[in-house]
Amino acid sequence: MRHLLSTGDLTRDEAVLILDTAAELAQVGDRSVKKLPTLRGRTVVNLFYEDSTRTRTSFEIAAKRLSADVVNFSAKGSSVSKGESLKDTALTLQAMGADGVVIRHGASGAAHRLAGWVDGSVLNAGDGTHEHPTQALLDAYTVRTRLGRLEGLRVAIVGDILHSRVARSNVLLLTTLGAHVTLVAPPTLLPVSVHTWPCEVSYDLDAVLPKTDVVMMLRVQAERMHASFFPSVREYSRGYGMDGARLDRMPRDAIVMHPGPMVRGMEISAEVADSPRCTVVEQVANGVSLRMAVLYLLLGGS
Amino acid sequence: MPDTHGPHLIRGARPLGGDPVDILLADGLIAEIGTGLTAPEGAEAVDGEGLVALPGLVDLHTHLREPGREDAETVETGSRSAAMGGYTAVHAMANTDPVADTAGVVEQVWRLGREAGYCDVRPVGAVTVGLAGRRLSEIGAMAKSAAAVRVFSDDGICVSDALLMRRALEYVKAFDGVVAQHAQEPRLTEGAQMNEGRVSDRLGLPGWPAVAEEAIIARDCLLAQHVGSRLHVCHVSTSGSVDIIRWAKARGCDVTAEVTPHHLLLTEELVENYDPIYKVNPPLRTDEDVRALREGLADGTIDVVATDHAPHPVEAKETEWSTAAMGMVGLETALAVVQRTMVDTGLLTWADVADRMSAAPARIGRVADHGRGLAVGEPANVVLYDPAAPYEADGAAMVTKSSNTPFRGMTLPGRVRATFLRGAPTVLAGEIK
Repeated sequence: MRHLLSTGDLTRDEAVLILDTAAELAQVGDRSVKKLPTLRGRTVVNLFYEDSTRTRTSFEIAAKRLSADVVNFSAKGSSVSKGESLKDTALTLQAMGADGVVIRHGASGAAHRLAGWVDGSVLNAGDGTHEHPTQALLDAYTVRTRLGRLEGLRVAIVGDILHSRVARSNVLLLTTLGAHVTLVAPPTLLPVSVHTWPCEVSYDLDAVLPKTDVVMMLRVQAERMHASFFPSVREYSRGYGMDGARLDRMPRDAIVMHPGPMVRGMEISAEVADSPRCTVVEQVANGVSLRMAVLYLLLGGS
Repeated sequence: MPDTHGPHLIRGARPLGGDPVDILLADGLIAEIGTGLTAPEGAEAVDGEGLVALPGLVDLHTHLREPGREDAETVETGSRSAAMGGYTAVHAMANTDPVADTAGVVEQVWRLGREAGYCDVRPVGAVTVGLAGRRLSEIGAMAKSAAAVRVFSDDGICVSDALLMRRALEYVKAFDGVVAQHAQEPRLTEGAQMNEGRVSDRLGLPGWPAVAEEAIIARDCLLAQHVGSRLHVCHVSTSGSVDIIRWAKARGCDVTAEVTPHHLLLTEELVENYDPIYKVNPPLRTDEDVRALREGLADGTIDVVATDHAPHPVEAKETEWSTAAMGMVGLETALAVVQRTMVDTGLLTWADVADRMSAAPARIGRVADHGRGLAVGEPANVVLYDPAAPYEADGAAMVTKSSNTPFRGMTLPGRVRATFLRGAPTVLAGEIK
């Protein structure tokens, strides 16, 4: 593995190796001195074109726990905001000797393009509406930690599939790992070719929940509400929001996940969000271990 | 500008792919055709052995970028590129800066074409002021100008307002003009980046549904028939569009249509690596669409091949997909791509190619002295093409000022060896003059 651009590029063995490595590295977080010397002398650049404090911080902590030198290159307040092209920024980082670049960008495919312009490893931290591979990996890691396995599990992903990079990465990864995925959304928020994806599709959340081990809720962004994807927030919430009654409809040990940030009262009720069956906080903690694993496997080799 | 010249005697070329003959070009005309012609005094001999002779090609859809984007192309560099591709006339699209929506701008482009001298540059006039889709530009003034504009288009932007389109179709009748529509329903394509389907869904790029093109074509065909006007459909790209145009022609609508070389060969899978060299409007579609376009061109549903030559500077393509410019250069590769997709596949003869790339576009654009037969007394607009000269396409080696060819690295089957504009060689021995 040189880059991590899409979960679709991972074989089952590679994906399992990442999860196993994350499990080992998670123990570092439990120690009083949370640091390993593995990436000492290596430079990781966080290149963030979109504001995402939580993802950037997670990557930053992960790299620092492995003793890498971390530089945050934010699009705001740098030459990027003065119109420097992604290519020139890439060449600049290359010249400064970046061993790894973690990129978050609003354009689908930006990480692919960057990988063509730098020698170092590129880690896709979310590109437009394309993919968010480390989110899917930390989700899989969280499921495995909670339920002990992925093979054969029934996972429902609920919400704005059409615009979700999390959904794309999760469908590919979960399928590779042997889980059965069902996408649940109003038809307006599903891609037109979704019937060709390796998963089931349903418009009816209530029908899906009783046969679901894991439900992943997606955030619905404010701009969708004014573009006729659904009539009103209330109607969306009634059809596709997760509340206590729906939680009761699921098997007893089933869990509810959310990549954050949550919109309480829209896609998830406070009752569910604060329930012990909701893994939101665990996902954040696991994110650090998982990102340590990916950085270690991409950069630790030489 | 090409040098002054005397007569040229082409030896042993195959007119429309037929038997080898000699062709004498003198005084701007085809003076003699026959075997074993004797060269008049001062005539330059041109070895035509193995070469197909075609009437000079006519492009209905070229972006020359001048005025405004001379960093991408100028009238001179673009018309040199055209000559290199075997063209003797091109239609320069109106989306320049300033927009070609007045007699002044179209006359400027026309004059620059004359001064360059590589091919006849026929400006296209904008349908609406500033391509803004609000009110008609001074179509009459452009038609009556020295540029004698006959093709009107807001290319790049669809005339989506049905009433405005109706008025434009009606108005151009007074000048024997035609409205060339860029069929793209704007609401269905807001933010669209590539063909909507499996690939766009996987890549997370906003989709450009086929229906956005087809719905406008259907509407325009019905409008054109209602008001009895000529309609030309630019760069048809979907199977459904071919069906609709076939249906419209069958019911008597005076509609013509074009397809680009890239839509005859390339498909959306090329977008997989997010390289914007493959970003174009309309987008690359599916295999099924490519097959339908080839069939439509073969059976005459689609009348012409037009390049939509769209030069862009390097930096407009060396970027992330969504911010990259749309378009591809195409003048210098068009004939070879048509050979590969249509002739080598048995779908068209060379005589058909002459129709689709010369006679039909000249007829639609009302371009006198182009698109005529290879016969004694006709204007000496002739291209000599070697259909057995495979080479690897390379944007940097092209005559155009830009290099954004989607065919880079692909092997194309043949090359233009010579182009004559009214008897003057603009390309000779495969080199631009």
